[in-house]
Amino acid sequence: MSFTPVILWSDALVFLLLAAGALMTWYVRRQEYLLLPWRRVAKSNVAMVSLLVLSLFLLVGMLDTLHYRVALKDKSAGQTVYSPEVLSVFDKLVEPLRLHTEKTYSAPMAMTLYAKESVTDAQGNVVRVYPKLQYTGDDGQVMSRAVTGALAGLLAGGGLVWLFSSFPRRRESSGIENHRVAVQSSARQWPLVIVTLIIAGLIGMTINLASVYHVLGTDKVGQDVLYLSLKSIRTGLIIGTVTTLVTLPLALFLGVAAGYFRGWVDDVIQYVYTVLSSIPSVLLIAAAVLMMQVTIDTHPNWFDTAASRADLRLVFLCLILGMTSWTGLCRLLRGETLKLRELEYIQAAQSFGVSSLRILSRHIMPNVMHIILIALVMDFSGLVLAEAVLSYVGVGVDPSMISFGTMINGARLEMAREPMVWWALAAAFSFMLVLVLAANLFADAVRDAFDPRMNRT
Amino acid sequence: MIAYLIRRILYAIPILIGVNLLTFALFFVVNTPDDMARMQLGVKRVTPEAIEKWKQQHGYDKPLLINKMADSSAKLTDTIFWQKSASMFVLDFGFSDDGRSISREIVTRMGPSMAIALPTFLIGLIFYVSFALLMTLFRATALDIAGVALCVVLMSVSGLFYIIGGQFLISKLWHLVPISGYAGGADGFKFVVLPVVIGVIGGIGSSSRWYRTIFLEEIGKDYVRTARAKGLSELSVLFSHVLKNAMIPILTGVVVVIPLLFMGSLLTESFFGIPGLGSYTIDAINAQDFSVVRAMVFLGSLLYIVGLILTDISYTLVDPRVRLQ
Repeated sequence: MSFTPVILWSDALVFLLLAAGALMTWYVRRQEYLLLPWRRVAKSNVAMVSLLVLSLFLLVGMLDTLHYRVALKDKSAGQTVYSPEVLSVFDKLVEPLRLHTEKTYSAPMAMTLYAKESVTDAQGNVVRVYPKLQYTGDDGQVMSRAVTGALAGLLAGGGLVWLFSSFPRRRESSGIENHRVAVQSSARQWPLVIVTLIIAGLIGMTINLASVYHVLGTDKVGQDVLYLSLKSIRTGLIIGTVTTLVTLPLALFLGVAAGYFRGWVDDVIQYVYTVLSSIPSVLLIAAAVLMMQVTIDTHPNWFDTAASRADLRLVFLCLILGMTSWTGLCRLLRGETLKLRELEYIQAAQSFGVSSLRILSRHIMPNVMHIILIALVMDFSGLVLAEAVLSYVGVGVDPSMISFGTMINGARLEMAREPMVWWALAAAFSFMLVLVLAANLFADAVRDAFDPRMNRT
Repeated sequence: MIAYLIRRILYAIPILIGVNLLTFALFFVVNTPDDMARMQLGVKRVTPEAIEKWKQQHGYDKPLLINKMADSSAKLTDTIFWQKSASMFVLDFGFSDDGRSISREIVTRMGPSMAIALPTFLIGLIFYVSFALLMTLFRATALDIAGVALCVVLMSVSGLFYIIGGQFLISKLWHLVPISGYAGGADGFKFVVLPVVIGVIGGIGSSSRWYRTIFLEEIGKDYVRTARAKGLSELSVLFSHVLKNAMIPILTGVVVVIPLLFMGSLLTESFFGIPGLGSYTIDAINAQDFSVVRAMVFLGSLLYIVGLILTDISYTLVDPRVRLQ
């Protein structure tokens, strides 16, 4: 099947972020003093476990970022026509989940729909029964499928652990001292290994079950809830990361400039961020998003597909979130720069006649990097949570875009149904909890490792 | 101090002008009133006459900044900027799309908002500070670690979950209080309990952890060691020394939000059907009533600036070393 790759705006920004991340990793790996705090992060079991969870989320998000459009069979005037539906590699991988839609709600692992329907049976009588789901397996197979899936997952996880544990040890020389260190470090890593195996087992079980059953049930229009939850991950990650593309340059340049140059530069920058931060952020976001909606709705010809329209709205939302959230970091950086510029080495550089630009880039910037890094990882979880709230309020992502917020928004009245429909809400909240908890724990570890105020022994 | 306050109030004026200009640019320059009319009337098949009529009804049929057609002083006053934006400085917010006076709505809706927000704020503050003090008292023990872990988990849960879960558990399953609604006076108590409880629980994670860090920073200082050397018990060290000295950082974060309590909370009020300013804002957002949103933005920043000034005053109350000049 032929296809054409599609790069949406948010995809491009994600690739940009990835490139920046790769560049930073490459640079840090060459500098031992920069690597040191990361080694401290790596020593923390909690940090490594949450990093593992985060990278799984990241993997799903990345696969979901590679978009394409399939070519339609019938060609018009010899030209290949592409379907208006934008798919991603992730959609292709989980095709059964995406295509197995039922009529309406069904409970997790259910064999039947959740409500009775009138069905005419073989004798011609109308009976009220729970109709069987279209896409579901045999009732008796659940256990065996779960067990085989979990075993396969454990096996794969074990293989992965073995691969990783044997990889660095090969480079170490075979002294007794080194052996003891290796044994100690492997003893320390046991929790990580166990968690990896548990996660691998769970994933294996879910994959093996999800190919046949609806593991987390289906929603009102019969879409698989597991599929929706997995698709929401990308939206959450994009809100949490792309926003930093706006926050970072603004906060960094303005904050450092205000602190270093003082005088009227400082006054102007302080004025700008006081004005912005004096508006309650939800209201400012709401106002900006409302205006963006007007622009998008009055220019329908800007977008060739519905996905690109929803995507542009997502990018604008990141932009708006960034515009409202850079002020805090900017204030921190200004304060730190004010402190730094009075230190001896800066004054020495000034008296040697080093240019301001050079002092800023060589002496000030590297010394505020830890603040930036801590602020960025701390902001991430807040942004993921904010997306759900904003989408609920109606100023979040496009209603057609799958996200935790739209899932919750769509499901909030289902608790009042009889029988109660709880699975869509539960799935959205649990996925969000895992993502945000992992991000919070990782952020704490990063802060502990990078904050110079922490006294380490 | 009076001179200082006057200076602070004068300093607030340029900031409010900035907010005003920003909202003006956002609401009238990014999209012209024509775009807004088209949006409100439906994008397709809308006649120029209908747009003109809509603009006239809402008072948008004037030039943005300078009216060249009008006489001397009306050149400035007979414009959208003067009538829609500048008038907010005298708290004249104009009319919402359904023709009601926004100022009157704000006054009547402030009460219900305060009925929820004030108890949440006070109970929450007392609870968070006590919990943080408890963790500080048992610092570096299993209890402290469990407390911090609980905080991290609680702050990772979405605020929407507390509301939906709380409504389900307390109102639907246990039938203790009504799910939503509001009544004035003593009848209102049963409607207020649940939003307040949920509001307090929702803030435990981040607030208690934040106060704990403040207390831990204070407890490592020299005066604490001196107090202990005098033979004071750990409890009286905590309450009469650490808590007092931690007041400045606590007040910095707390006093600012007091005036903003008037605005209520968007989420809580819309879930619990409280007729306060928060649900007013949400309704305006959903109905795309731009004049209400604009009024709320201005009111919000006005209250925030009042909060900043109150913070400065509160410093002088708790710390005799601070003198405002």
